[in-house]
Amino acid sequence: MGGFLFTVIRRDLLLAARRRGDWLTAQFFFVMVVSLFPLGIGPEPELLKRIAPGVVWVAATLASLLSLPRLFAEDHRDGSLEQMLLSPEPAVLLTLGKAAAHWLIYGIPLLVVTPVLGIQFALPVEAIGILVLSLALGTPILSLLGAVGAALTLGLRGGGVLLTLLILPLYVPALIFGAGAVDGVLAGTGAEANLSLLGAFFVLSLIVTPWVSAAALKVSME
Amino acid sequence: MSINWYKYSAPATFYGLAGRLAPWFGWAAAILTVIGLYLSFFVAPTDFQQGEAYRVIFIHVPAAWMSMFIYLVMAGWAAIGLAFNTRLSFMMARALAPTGAMFTFVALWTGALWGKPMWGAWWVWDARLTSELILLFLYVGIMALWAAIDDPRRGDKAGALLALIGAINVPIIYFSVQWWNTLHQGSSIKPSGTSMDEVMLYGMLIMAIAAWLYTIAVVFVRVRRIILERERHTEWVKHVLEGA
Repeated sequence: MGGFLFTVIRRDLLLAARRRGDWLTAQFFFVMVVSLFPLGIGPEPELLKRIAPGVVWVAATLASLLSLPRLFAEDHRDGSLEQMLLSPEPAVLLTLGKAAAHWLIYGIPLLVVTPVLGIQFALPVEAIGILVLSLALGTPILSLLGAVGAALTLGLRGGGVLLTLLILPLYVPALIFGAGAVDGVLAGTGAEANLSLLGAFFVLSLIVTPWVSAAALKVSME
Repeated sequence: MSINWYKYSAPATFYGLAGRLAPWFGWAAAILTVIGLYLSFFVAPTDFQQGEAYRVIFIHVPAAWMSMFIYLVMAGWAAIGLAFNTRLSFMMARALAPTGAMFTFVALWTGALWGKPMWGAWWVWDARLTSELILLFLYVGIMALWAAIDDPRRGDKAGALLALIGAINVPIIYFSVQWWNTLHQGSSIKPSGTSMDEVMLYGMLIMAIAAWLYTIAVVFVRVRRIILERERHTEWVKHVLEGA
């Protein structure tokens, strides 16, 4: 069982490593969206510090959406997804592995770039640390919930736009708690409450969403 | 009299039942609305704090209740449909969604009308308002997913899964009220009694019951249309359409 999960993750990572252009677009999109804000609203450090948590978090959700439609699409096109679903291995592990691979490919690089963006937005070191921590807890939620949306919209006309419509409302709690944790540090009230809620939401997503996306995949493949 | 529920879980028999019941619920809703509006706008006293503007609550509060309640009922039908693969439950879920979205919109709209004189702003980003807005987005997303999938069976199941996931999300958003400093006032009706004038309370409850009955009537009418559309290849639908 664990072997199957590991194989799914390894396969997706290998596929991503073979074509770097595909997944780097989401990272560059993230950096560019965040960088547009100082240009749009002016470079005043106090103002930038104030909006940084929200801006980074919103950009992270959008970047996640950008990379999600491909999560199942290519395996669907060449028929390997059907074979994986027909295999005796549980479909839940397939979706869990896919979401985990998505997080490794899209989430980890995001965490690596974020401190640089934090410095650009004049965030204090402590706030940058919490921002990275909140993203580390929050981006797996985005991948897990996103897998549900990607499975539901698999093979539909205009699936990408529809995916946005379906998944963004579900991302809201992660966004609120994630940005809230950093705001807490900036306001001096601490980040524990928001981080705990974010962690609880992560655990809930981890338990629930692989089953839902497995069911959604089966519906889409009928 | 005992009702055979299994009999009515077949779309063909439910079609007739819904058709017979819908006018009764519709008329009851209309009568209660007239009574409720009369109580609300002519009998209920002026609020000592909020003046006449508070009268929005007679529409605002029932609409807000219905918006959340209909979502849960819809998710419930979706769950039953997924568990037992009954066609009628998916049709009920589909029939409920537009009415739920409408009540959500009405709650937001009347809330804005009320917010302007009370808070001096049409909209504030408070937890209650935001969660209601997200509820509207959830309704829209589910209806968009249904609209995007041509195959009814796939559409039913996909929409149902999304409705269920959204149902987990709603309380999470809703309870964030408790951790946020929120501008929206708390509930005036509590299990231990109410802080409202009795006439106000009755006016509001009558309006809430009217909203319920209206929902049932509209959903019955809408589910009949859905049944006709889905079963258009069957004999009994041909009979119905020729008879009409």
